[in-house]
Amino acid sequence: MNAALMAEVWVFALAVFVGFEVISKVPVVLHTPLMSGTNAIHGIVMLGGVLVLASAHEPVLVVLGFLAVVLGAMNLFGGFVVTDRMLEMFKARKKDGKP
Amino acid sequence: MSFLFEFFYLLSAVLFIVGLKFLSSPPRARQGNTLAAIGMVVATLTLLASLKSSPGGMHNLPLIAAALAIGAVAGAVGARRVAMTDMPQMVALLNGCGGGAAALISVAEFLHLGTSRAGVDTMFGCIIGSISLSGSVVAFAKLQGLVSEKAINSPLQKGVNGLLFLSLLGLVGYLGFVGGGAPAFYALLGVSLAFGVLMVMPIGGADMPVVISLLNSFTGLAVAATGFVLHNNALIISGTLVGASGTLLTMLMCKAMNRSLANVLFAGFGSTTTAGAAGAAGGGAKNYREVSVDDAAVLLANVQSLIIVPGYGMAVAQAQHTVRELADLLAKKGVDVKYAIHPVAGRMPGHMNVLLAEANVPYDQLFDLDQINPDFERTDVALVIGANDVVNPAARTDTASPIYGMPILDADKSRHVICIKRSMNPGFAGIDNQLYYEPRCSMLFGDAKGAVSKLVEAVKAL
Repeated sequence: MNAALMAEVWVFALAVFVGFEVISKVPVVLHTPLMSGTNAIHGIVMLGGVLVLASAHEPVLVVLGFLAVVLGAMNLFGGFVVTDRMLEMFKARKKDGKP
Repeated sequence: MSFLFEFFYLLSAVLFIVGLKFLSSPPRARQGNTLAAIGMVVATLTLLASLKSSPGGMHNLPLIAAALAIGAVAGAVGARRVAMTDMPQMVALLNGCGGGAAALISVAEFLHLGTSRAGVDTMFGCIIGSISLSGSVVAFAKLQGLVSEKAINSPLQKGVNGLLFLSLLGLVGYLGFVGGGAPAFYALLGVSLAFGVLMVMPIGGADMPVVISLLNSFTGLAVAATGFVLHNNALIISGTLVGASGTLLTMLMCKAMNRSLANVLFAGFGSTTTAGAAGAAGGGAKNYREVSVDDAAVLLANVQSLIIVPGYGMAVAQAQHTVRELADLLAKKGVDVKYAIHPVAGRMPGHMNVLLAEANVPYDQLFDLDQINPDFERTDVALVIGANDVVNPAARTDTASPIYGMPILDADKSRHVICIKRSMNPGFAGIDNQLYYEPRCSMLFGDAKGAVSKLVEAVKAL
C-alpha cells in the first residue's frame, strides 16, 4: 500500500517537471489553442467517473458517477473539438498563402 | 494482464506528452491535438478492458454508455457551434465541467469508503475541483455578460473570503484528524463552491483570461488528486501535466500584462482604481476630435504606411473579415499595411491571431508588440479598431494608473491615429484613455463592423 502510494508520488513529481518543460517555449500565437488543448487533456477525468460508476451500487453513487461521466465527457469531447477547430484555421492560413 | 494495462496507460501518457509538445509549435499543433485525442482513446479502451477483466467486474454498463454519449454529444455540438469570439467563455465552461467531475468523484469515493475521516487526496480533489467549477461558472457568466464584468468589490468581501478560508482549513483539519463523516464533507463541498464564487467575483473582465488559465491548471491538479484517490496513473499523469503547464501558461500571461498573479487575484483591478485614474487624469471636460467616414477614407487611401491595431471590440463585432477587406483594398492602392497584435489582444493571449487567421489574414502581416513598436514612429496612420487599454499611453507615463507598467502598443507615436469606437465610454477595464484626447488622434464613432464597412465603401468610391 505504502509502496504503491510512493510510486504514485514519483509519477506525480516527474509529471510536474515534464509539464513545465514541455511547453516552456510556446509562442504567444498558440496560447489560446494550448489553453484549450490542455483543457481537453484534463477531460480524462471522465475515466474517473467511469471507475466510480462501474463499481457503484447505492443510488447516490450511481447518480454521482453518472454526472461525473457526463461532465467529464463534455470536457473531453468539447475540448478536443474546439481546439481542432482553432488549429484548423491556422493551417488554412498557410495553404492560402500570400497573393 | 494488469502489466499489459499499465503498458497501455503508459502509451497514452506518452501520447499526451508528445501531443503537448507538438501543441506548442505552430506547424505541428494540430497533429499534437490529434495525438492527445488518440491517447485519450487508448486510455479509455484500456480502462474498459481492465474493468471487464477485474474481479469486481463492470456494473452499470448501459448507464456508462448513456452518460458518455450525452456528454460527448453535448460537448462536441457545443464546440462545433460556438463562435470563435466566444472561445474564452467556452474554455471556462468546459473547464468548469472538468472541475465539477473531479469534485463529484471525490464525494463519491468518500461516501463509497464510508469512513469518518477523509484522506488528503480526497479533500484536495473536492476543494480544488469545486473552486474550479464555481469559479469557472462565474468567469463564464462575466464574459457572457450575465453578471457585471466590472470588478465587484466591497470591504465586506475580504472579511467573508478570510472567514471562508479559515472555515475551509477548519473543516480539513476536522475531517482529516477527528473525522466528521458525510455531513462535514458536504460542508467542505459547499464552502469550497462558495469560495470559488467569491474568489472570481471581485476580478474584472480584463483579467478573466488569467483567471481561466489558473482555473484550468486547478482542474488539472484536482484531476491528479482523483487519480490518487482512484489509484490510476493515467489520471495522475494527465492531471499533473495540465496542472504544471497551466501554471506556466498563467505566469506567461501575467508577464504579458506586467502584473503579478497576486495582483490579478487580490487587487480588485478596475473598480477601486478607476476613481484614482479619473482623478489623476482630471481637469474638467476634455476635448476630442471626431472624424467623418469620408475624411478618414481619404486619409487612409493616401498614406504610405498603416498599422491596424485590432482589439476585442473588433472581435465582438465579428469585423475581422471586413477589416481584411479594407486592408486588401488599401494594399492595392499601395499602402503598406501591417497588423499590430498585443499579447493580450482579444480576451486571451493569442485569441486575436486565431480570429485573424479565421479571416485569412496572411500570417506575415501580423506583428507582435516587440517587433512593431519601433515602427509606429515611422508610420503615417495607426488605425485602432475596438482596442483600448492596449494603446493607452497612461501605461507608460501615469504612475497612478492601474495599468501603469503594462507593455502597450505605441500607436500614439504614429503621425495620425484613428480610433474606431462605439462611444467615449471607458473600455473593458474601466479606465479612461488619454490617447483619445491627443491632438493627433481622431475618433470615428460606430461599432467596428459598421464603421469599417462604411470605410470600405468610402475607399471604393474614391
